[in-house]
Amino acid sequence: MATRPMRIRATEKDGVTEVKVLMSHIMETGQRKDGEGNIVPAHFIQNVVVKNGDKTVLSAEWGPAVSRDPFLSFKFKGGKKGDKLTVTWTDNKGESRTDEATVS
Amino acid sequence: MNQQRRDVLRLGTVLGLAVAAGLLRPEQAWAAQAEWNKQAFDGKSVEDVIKALGGQEAAESDQITLVAPDIAENGAVVPVGATSKLPKTEQISILIPKNPNALAARFDLPEGTEPEIATRVKMGETSDVYALVKADGKFYMAHKEIKVTLGGCGG
Repeated sequence: MATRPMRIRATEKDGVTEVKVLMSHIMETGQRKDGEGNIVPAHFIQNVVVKNGDKTVLSAEWGPAVSRDPFLSFKFKGGKKGDKLTVTWTDNKGESRTDEATVS
Repeated sequence: MNQQRRDVLRLGTVLGLAVAAGLLRPEQAWAAQAEWNKQAFDGKSVEDVIKALGGQEAAESDQITLVAPDIAENGAVVPVGATSKLPKTEQISILIPKNPNALAARFDLPEGTEPEIATRVKMGETSDVYALVKADGKFYMAHKEIKVTLGGCGG
């Protein structure tokens, strides 16, 4: 499955960087049935890691109850304007995607 | 001959064969590598999840704020946020006990990351939603009922 890029916004104010991420993922629960009554296999993001340069600023484990096209927002201290932020997700099928953003 | 190298090769062959033979599906082989706390995500109740995360019990705390609507019109997309004022907050989890599995998401907060997260979750039906916080090695929680008018699990 080709995946679409994440939308990442990171803004620094008074030493605190606020990060908002919108990912593109189907987040299939494994509970749903298709038109013929077959269960649609689960397909969801399990791990998310956000790094500022080399430092991990957030790591998360998700279950299928996170909404389709997941949204995530958090704040961390120590980021500066121009820092490179990378967000990586890995799903239960082993697919993964990494996108970058610059702190502004 | 390098014994360690032999062992690595052998392990790779065994795993490869197991996948080929259909004993292990590729995603299971992967699951063995990725760090994902299956036990916690399989838990049906708040207590199950606390135990799977290595705790005994969680005390109610007014230092935790759960930011969520009273009524969610669409259970497929319910905005939920949690903020903790507890010192040394290192982990925040969102739990929905009425869902098929209670734990929706767990966030690990390294030092320097603010104890404030927000995301969107699915809710199958009206349920209490819990923010479970691990601070200084202990578990605390706060909860709030969210009424769902339209379920988010294909129902």
